[in-house]
This record gives sequence, structure tokens and C-alpha cells, in this order.
Amino acid sequence: MNRQIVKLFAFIVVLFGVLVGFTSYWSVFDAEALKEKEANKRPLLEQQQIRRGRILAADGTVIAKSVAKGRGDAKRYVRRYPEGSLFGHPIGYSFVREGDSEFEQFHNDQLIGEGSEFSSILDELTGKTQEGNDIVTNIDPVAQRTALEDLEAVGFGAVVAIEPSTGEVKAMASNKSFNPNAVPFRLTEMNRNAIETPLVNRATQGLYPPGSTFKVVTAAAGLESDTITPESTIDAPGTLDVEGQPLSNDFDEDFGPIALDTALTNSVNTWFGQLGQQVGQDRLFETMEKFGFGSTPAIDLPDDQVYRSGVYEEGSVLGRSSPVDLARLAIGQERLLTTPLQMALVAAAIANGGKLMKPQIWNRVIDPDGRVVERLDPSEYSQPVSEDTAAQLTTAMEGVVSEGTGTNAAISGIAVAGKTGTAETPGNKACGGGIEQNQAWFIGFAPADDPQIAIAASVECTEQFGGDVAAPIFRDVAEAILNGE
Amino acid sequence: MRSARNRELFALVPVAILLTAGFAAVFAQESARLGNLSLIYGAYFFAACLATHVFLRIRLRNADPYLFPLMALLTAFGLVMIYRIDEDLARDQANWFLLGLVLFALTVQFLRDYEVLERYRYTIAGAGLLLLLAPRLPGIGQQVNGAYLGVKIGPLAFQPAEFSKIAIVIFLASYLREHREVLIVGAKRVLGVTLPPLKHFGPMLVVWGASMFMLVFIRDLGSSLMFFAAFLALLYVATGRFSFVVIGMAMFLVGAWFFASTVPHVHDRIEIWLNPYNDPGDTGYQILQSIFAQADGGLFGKGFGQSLITIPGTDDALLPAAQTDTIYSLIVNETGLFGACGVILTYLLITARGFKIALLASDGFSKLLATGLTAVFAIQAFVIIGGVTRVIPLTGVTLPFISYGGSSIVANFVLLALLLLISDRARREAAEPGGRALALGHA
Repeated sequence: MNRQIVKLFAFIVVLFGVLVGFTSYWSVFDAEALKEKEANKRPLLEQQQIRRGRILAADGTVIAKSVAKGRGDAKRYVRRYPEGSLFGHPIGYSFVREGDSEFEQFHNDQLIGEGSEFSSILDELTGKTQEGNDIVTNIDPVAQRTALEDLEAVGFGAVVAIEPSTGEVKAMASNKSFNPNAVPFRLTEMNRNAIETPLVNRATQGLYPPGSTFKVVTAAAGLESDTITPESTIDAPGTLDVEGQPLSNDFDEDFGPIALDTALTNSVNTWFGQLGQQVGQDRLFETMEKFGFGSTPAIDLPDDQVYRSGVYEEGSVLGRSSPVDLARLAIGQERLLTTPLQMALVAAAIANGGKLMKPQIWNRVIDPDGRVVERLDPSEYSQPVSEDTAAQLTTAMEGVVSEGTGTNAAISGIAVAGKTGTAETPGNKACGGGIEQNQAWFIGFAPADDPQIAIAASVECTEQFGGDVAAPIFRDVAEAILNGE
Repeated sequence: MRSARNRELFALVPVAILLTAGFAAVFAQESARLGNLSLIYGAYFFAACLATHVFLRIRLRNADPYLFPLMALLTAFGLVMIYRIDEDLARDQANWFLLGLVLFALTVQFLRDYEVLERYRYTIAGAGLLLLLAPRLPGIGQQVNGAYLGVKIGPLAFQPAEFSKIAIVIFLASYLREHREVLIVGAKRVLGVTLPPLKHFGPMLVVWGASMFMLVFIRDLGSSLMFFAAFLALLYVATGRFSFVVIGMAMFLVGAWFFASTVPHVHDRIEIWLNPYNDPGDTGYQILQSIFAQADGGLFGKGFGQSLITIPGTDDALLPAAQTDTIYSLIVNETGLFGACGVILTYLLITARGFKIALLASDGFSKLLATGLTAVFAIQAFVIIGGVTRVIPLTGVTLPFISYGGSSIVANFVLLALLLLISDRARREAAEPGGRALALGHA
């Protein structure tokens, strides 16, 4: 019988080997996939046991904190947002049942103090419980409040303010905002609200026709490609025939031969339409791409919550080989859609001597012992235009504010460079389908000679022009930031 | 022969270390919740182990030196895990452990001549079957999750299947010892398949069939699987006929198919096993949470006392039946793949020692009894670990020596006592002058 006993033992060894195999599969090889399962609440419940770090504004204002509820085994942490809807965007929310979004989601690992498996073993051995890190953001609460309140006074829209030399995001407001504290009770309701879409960060997910603000990009492409110099003139009639459709100036005004500064100051459509055609699609697209069009902006927000800007067809962005109406693209029409963030990046790059810095909301990570463990190291994303081109564009954009369509953006004692935009969006369902509805824009930076802040402001569904409704928002936010320094 | 007991004593050292470290870790983690009195239980546990060791020195000097420390290791590990779930449960379990040791000692004391079991094999088989039937008896039977597993007489509640498994193994070992020759010689080839002679096979088939029937009747699928596997293992070892195993497997598959299509309880278990995501919040909850807990363990686990067992702030289970059915998942969660492999390896070592005893034993009954007891033990571990890792459908049997449960621990200590009794005699005979030369090297 001994031979059979040995064989039986061998069989049991195989059976136990299968157990080891399955355990390895669940605990190691398939573990990541299992953690992603909808039915698996364990990872979230465990995170709830950890005191998630705070999120702070640049001045130390607490944007998000975790408070303990219950004791002993029932102890868990719940997220609180003391400022309510003020930082709803871009901070987002983080709750066990509802999940997380925006900044809370992107910086999750730092906020819960997630290290490598090795360091967590060390923590275990030394008896340290996992604790979250605080993150200090670049957000200036005064500017943020100014931006949000200004928007709330005029309609839905977004404001993005970036420090040109570093890419630090000083303000990012989106109206309609939401109160993250209400997410556990009203998430479904917020999701269903198709008109106000409070959960959508319009600064990064609002895709709007940029209108005349895009002329800055066209001008940049013209200068960069040596198609024009600041002195070259192009004859600008009242109306052009482009692909069988008339392309006209406001009131069909005929400007005659004019140079860049006049054309930009008066936002002359026929001038920029021709410039776009002269530059050509390849070079226009090249400049656009360097400004970040066509790519997801490199901001510290989840990729699926930051949209690409570009010429859209059926939900996808067209490349440079697809046929487009260059003249209309050059003045920000065609099927061009941009986010306020993207237009803020255009302004920021020009303000920074042509260098585009990566936009970042976070500034530093502070561990529970108060040590700074990570600090933002500003990095360059690209150089869309040369320093010369940037200076020439700045001069032209100063004219817009000093004597053109953007005078409402002027700040006393400080030179401001900017560009207005008003895109007609008749029949926009989000606005209720009325005819007199515009997407109003202003992009710019100040002071023009030593730019501290670059801002894009965009207002949906307004009957007013960019210079009337968006330029004042720019001014207020810029003043809030410049006065604070 | 003193050296065997010395080895046993040394082998208890890692048990003491594990116990101390485990309790300390859980205590450090949950000091707010757990009273420090419970740390003293660790000391009591180790004192009880030492007392048992001394008892073995006197009564079973030659018995296998590793079985007791290995089982003490599992018990210690189980106690730490249960302590970590609930202090009161751990206290109960410690008491059960002490009762187990008492029964262990009584078995060793009064069953030194364990051949007497052979004389009463039909009585034992009858008692085993009666035990299985007991949970369906009005007044004392208890139904849990659709299965009739427990018996409650006054304040005393227990799960009879744990004890009847030993009774059935004793019967099978004894019956096969007597009839194995005829089963082999009398086998006929029919259509190229070797069939056992019905005359000698019959009585065993009746006992086996009755136990199967009652297992389905009381809906204890896990034990059913366990009994069946032990039956096949013994049949194979006794006759050496692999074809019998194949026939048995075929019978089992037909039976399984039959029950799966006629008994809703069985059908549900299989359905949940195959498609747990169909109803993740209800029927699939236990197996899915069991697997999620394992996924969260990784290589090294979260550490003793770190696992979430209930949903914080509520009494709702995140890992249902963590102290019994899914305790293995809890082990994976807290000690990782490495800890789990350690547990499986411990079961494998016990199995190896058990079969070693069977190899050394000189008479047929001892061989078969040791084989049967070891096999049923190993298969029990496989059925529940396989259940919570989705290798097979999840059924409610205990993880021997680790799961919370008095019947399980007491019954398994009786099983251990029988193994050690067989071992003591086998090793003594092998070492005696004139004893078989075969096993001399193993003394």
C-alpha cells in the first residue's frame, strides 16, 4: 500500500499547488484589476481609514480637510470643504461612495500618503500608520472669489489665471460651480442637471468657439513664419468671398491696406482671413500645436476631465491634413473649439517671451511632520513663438486695450495687453436656443512690460460682446492678483 | 527515543514566537479596543502546549515529534486571527482549545489499543451516520444559511459532521483492511473496465451512499465533498486500483449533476461559483468580498489587525464569516501571499507527517486509518481554501485548527490523538530490537 500512499501524497501536493496558484492569482497577478471592480468598495473604505491630507490655497486658506467621525473601529474620515462652492472647480471632491474628481482625484496618492510597497512595509514594521500629505496649491483665494463672483453676475463661463513665468494657476473658476459638501446627498441631481452642468469644469471641459481671440494665434503664425512683419500691410476690404460665402468685417467696414496693430486693435476679419490663407494650413497648425492645441493640456487634473482644443469633427480633433476653411479658422470660426484653459495658455506663452510653461495647480506637498517633501519645479512645455514675435504681439495686443475693442480691460497705471472675442452661437441649446447669443471672450496679461498674470475669461450665452462682458472680468481678476502682490 | 520529544519541544519555540509576535502586533494595532488581559491568554496557550508536551513525553514517547507543534502553530495562528476579529470569540476559541487538549489526552489515555475500534466498526459507522442526521432532528437541529449543520442540546451546540468524519474514516479503514484482498482478487473486467466485486463492495457502498444521502439531506455540501474524497483516497490506497477511483469520480460527477439540477441549494452554490458577478451585492457577495480581500493583501499583506472586516461605522460585514468560512481570505489580506503560502505549507507538512506515519505503520488497519485521517484532514483544508479562492464552489467547512468553532477544534484534536497513537506504536516497533529494519533510520 505504500506506493499508493506516496502517490496520494503527490496528488495532494498538486491540489495544494493549485491553491497556491489561485491565491497568487487573486492576491498579486489579478489584484489591480480586482481593485478596479465596481463591486469592490474595499480600496475606498480603506482610504477612508486614512486621514487624507488637506488642500490649501496659496495663502493657507483651507480648501479641503478630513474630519474624523466615530471612534475605534467605526472611526473614519470624511471630507469637508470649508469654502463650499468657491473651489468646487478645480479641486473637485473625494467621497467613499461617490468617488473622486479633478484635483482630489489627480493628487490622490499624495493626499493619502501612498508610498511604494516597500515603504509601506517599513511603516508597518515601525508601527507608523499611513497618513496623508497636505498639498498647498497656487490658487489665490481673492482672485478665485473675484472670478467666480464676476461670472455669477453675468452667466455661465470660466476664468483661468496663470502666472506666465512659472505656469502656476492662480485662479480657475467655472460657473455654475457646485458645493462639494453636497455631493454625498445630491450627486445624481447634479449629474442630471444638463443646463447648469455644475460638475463640469468649464475651464478645462468647456469647448467654445474662440472667436477673435484666436487672431492672436494667427498673427503669431504669420510673424513666426515670416509671412508678415509688424510693418507689412494687407488690404482689408469690407467683405471677402471665401469658399462661396462672404466673410465680412463688423458693419462691412473697409480698412484698406493696414498693418498688424491696426488689424488686431480693430479685430479686422478680412485682414486675418487673408493672413490665414497666406500662412497656410501646415504652418498655422504647427503654431497651434506648439501652443498646445490638439493635445491634452499638461495640467495636474485627470486626463478625462481636461479636453483638447482644436478643429472638431464628430467629436474628434482634425489634423493638419484634413480640409479646413483657413480664412474662417484664422478668425476663430470654422469648427474650432477651445477651452478657456487653452486660451489662457496662449496669453501666458506670449506674456512669457514666447515660452509656454506647464500649467500646474499644486505648489508643494507637505508631510504630516511639516516637511516639504515635493515642490513644484516650473518646466517649459514648448516655445510656440520667439521672444521677438512675443514682443511684437504684445505691442499689438496693448493697442487692443488702449484704443481698441478691449478698453474695458484697462487698469489705471498699468499697461495691459489683450484681445477680445465674440463668437456667435445662434441656437445654442444650452442657452435656450435664442438667436442673440454669443460666446464672449477676453484673453490678456498684465503688466504688459513685466507680465505677472495671464488670464482668459469666457462667458456663455450672452447678448453682449467680449469687450463688454469678459474684459471687465479680466480687469477685476488681474487687479485682485496684482494688488495682492 | 527522548530525542523525538526534544525535537517536539524545539519545534514549539517558533509557535511561541509566532503567538507572541501576533498577539503583540494585533494588540499594538488595536490597543484602544482590546483589553490587555487578553495578552495573558497567549501565555496560557503556551503553558497548555507545554503541559501537552510533557504528557506526550510520558504517554507517547515515540510518537511523531512534529505533528503536535505543527497543529499548535495553526491553532496559535488561528487564535491570533480570531483575537483580531473579536476578543470574546478568541476567549471562546481558547476554551475550546483547552477542551480539545483534554479530549486529546483522554483519547491517548483510553485508546492506546486502538484496534478495539475495529471490533465496533459498525457501531461507529452507525453513530457517525446518526450524528450526520442529528441536525435534521426536530428540537435539536439548527439551520444556518439553508444548511442543517448544527445541533443544539441545551447550552451545548456543535457541528456533528466534524466528528462523524472520524467515525466514517475508522469504519472505512477497518472494512477495507478486511476486504481489500477480495476487492482486488475478485475484481472483474467488464467491457474493458475493472469493476469491484459487488458482494464485498456492497456494504461499503451502502454506508457511503447513506452518508452521501444524508449530507445532501442536511445540505452540507462541503462535508459531502470531503467524505467522498476521503472514501476514494482510502479505496485507492487499499486496492491500488486506479480504475476504482475513475469509477468513483464518474459516480460523483453523475451525482453532482443530478443534485445540481434537482436540489436548488446545490444549484445555487454552483451558479454563484461560476458567475459571482451576477448578483455582487447579494448571492455573490461572500465569494467576491473574499477575493477582493485577497487582492488587497498583495505579496506581504496589510499586517496583523489592519484588515477591514466590517464596513466602518456599521455592523455590515465587508468580509462575511471572517472567523469561519473566509478566515483564509483574511489571512491573505493581512499576511499576504507569503503568509498564505506559510499556512498551506503547514497543512502540507502535517499531511506529509500523517502519510509518513501510514508508511511506517506495520499493520493494515493502522496504515489505512492513518491514511484516511490524514487525507480527510488535508481535503478539508483544500475544500475550504479552494472554496474561498474560487477553485471549487464555496461551501461551509472549517479551516482545520484555524477557523473559529469548538466542534472543529475538538474533533481535530481527537484526529491528532489517533494519528499520534498510530505513530507511537509504529515507531516503537521499528526501533525495538528485532523490529523491522525498514524504519530504523527514522527513529
